[in-house]
Amino acid sequence: MRFERYGKGLAKGLNITLKHVFRPRITTQYPEQKLTVSKRFRGYELVWDKSRCTGCATCAKSCPQGNIEIVTSRGSDNRYVVEKFEVDTGRCIFCGLCVESCPYDALFLGLDYERASYRRGDLVLSKEQLELGPGKRRSGYFRPEVESTLPRQTLLLDTAGRKKQD
Amino acid sequence: MELRTEPFVLNMGPQHPSTHGVFRMRVTYDGEVVMDLEPMFGYLHRGIEKLAETRTYTQFIPLTDRLAYLSSMTNNHAYVLAVEKLAGITVPERAEYIRVIMDEMMRISSHLMAVGFFLNDLGCSVFTPLLYMYREREKLLDLFEMVCGQRLTYNYMRIGGVSHDLPEEFMPALKQFVAEMPSYIEEYEALLAENEILLARTKGVGILPRELAINASVSGPVLRASGVKWDIRKVDPYSVYDRFEFDIPTGEVGDNYDRYRVRIMEMQQSLRILRQAIEQLPEGEVCAKVPQFLRPPKGEAYGRIEGPQGELGFYIVSDNSIAPYRLHIRPPTLINLTALRDMIRGWKLADAIATFGSIDICLGEVDR
Repeated sequence: MRFERYGKGLAKGLNITLKHVFRPRITTQYPEQKLTVSKRFRGYELVWDKSRCTGCATCAKSCPQGNIEIVTSRGSDNRYVVEKFEVDTGRCIFCGLCVESCPYDALFLGLDYERASYRRGDLVLSKEQLELGPGKRRSGYFRPEVESTLPRQTLLLDTAGRKKQD
Repeated sequence: MELRTEPFVLNMGPQHPSTHGVFRMRVTYDGEVVMDLEPMFGYLHRGIEKLAETRTYTQFIPLTDRLAYLSSMTNNHAYVLAVEKLAGITVPERAEYIRVIMDEMMRISSHLMAVGFFLNDLGCSVFTPLLYMYREREKLLDLFEMVCGQRLTYNYMRIGGVSHDLPEEFMPALKQFVAEMPSYIEEYEALLAENEILLARTKGVGILPRELAINASVSGPVLRASGVKWDIRKVDPYSVYDRFEFDIPTGEVGDNYDRYRVRIMEMQQSLRILRQAIEQLPEGEVCAKVPQFLRPPKGEAYGRIEGPQGELGFYIVSDNSIAPYRLHIRPPTLINLTALRDMIRGWKLADAIATFGSIDICLGEVDR
């Protein structure tokens, strides 16, 4: 093919590249600077509210991977007592179907995401690790009452919000 | 005196830096010219169709995300469409509109990646155009994350509707994106469409003639670039696509340049649909009442949609139990890849890689 335009197209392209030098930057320095995740973020771990759970095992039935293990026994007042509630987060795909199916709003997804570990066994979370406590941040996925309390997600679209963070 | 050369066979892949994923091509060369090519599939086979038989209808939705992971939302849509056809479920109008909005956002995002990686395969300034497109895709991923909580595996659509209603902040952000996007598409055009090197590398390379495209039953932008006006959104309207005005962009020759142009023009059409959908979006329910363990009546159904890469279809056979008896996926890219041999034969190695990139494949979907 002959070069009919004498490099005009190339010059035009380089002009755009030059313009970008003067635009506000859109990247963040990740480990030091963190953006706010979505209110419905499906984060690393599940949060389990012991007081609301009745041990019906609907979450275990709805899990596509069969990850949730629940062992219950009958208590003195004939209600279920959850003896074992274990989730293998190493095999979890974070689809959120368990949270969606819970009829008593006892299960939540978490907002945390930095949870790499050295041992595979650390990823299996027991009842005590899952229980709702002061350090646990719940996500608003399928829980509108939690969603309304969370801060607004950072969007690349509103660069104004981005600038304030810098 | 004439030099005699012998053809030689070279295996490209399955691990090769310039193929997308684990794809293997057995190529016969004469010098640098490709004489013959044989695509080989199956390195990423995960048995998704078989897995579907052990899961309930709802539990399979997260797995459809993992087919073509750059177009999860449309995969969701194709699957739930097939199940709804099978079980005879009517979807609320608002849910249909939300699905259309998500599909078109997904199409823009997927085409951005397709164009970006195609230019990357051409060796276009090594990485620059791809990063320009990542920037716009990032904005869309932010919106997806806002709606369904994740950026890649959405799991958003449900049988009978969608899982959540749109959050309050969504509509203003989407409107802003739709208003901004045309200026970015103009920027790509200025950056690339007149670039002499790009034109020299793509015009007339990897031609897929019209007749061959139809005979090989390719679909999507690859088919439209060959000059065939075929779009399932128009010829077999699903969801509420018959309520929107949009054109089907087509190419003329069917070369790499046309495939690139068709994708850019389709993004503009998607923006047009988005604008209309935002205006018409009704209020109301977002999901019909569907039991958790759905038991569709005995029978079979095929649901197909126009995905970003072409016709994506799910064929489901039900035996009135909670899991499908058999599920088959018609991936668009697998069928498009079968035409690769005729597109590449006679071209040089570097053009072969560019042509391969212009099909926009995703191995997760090809091998399933």
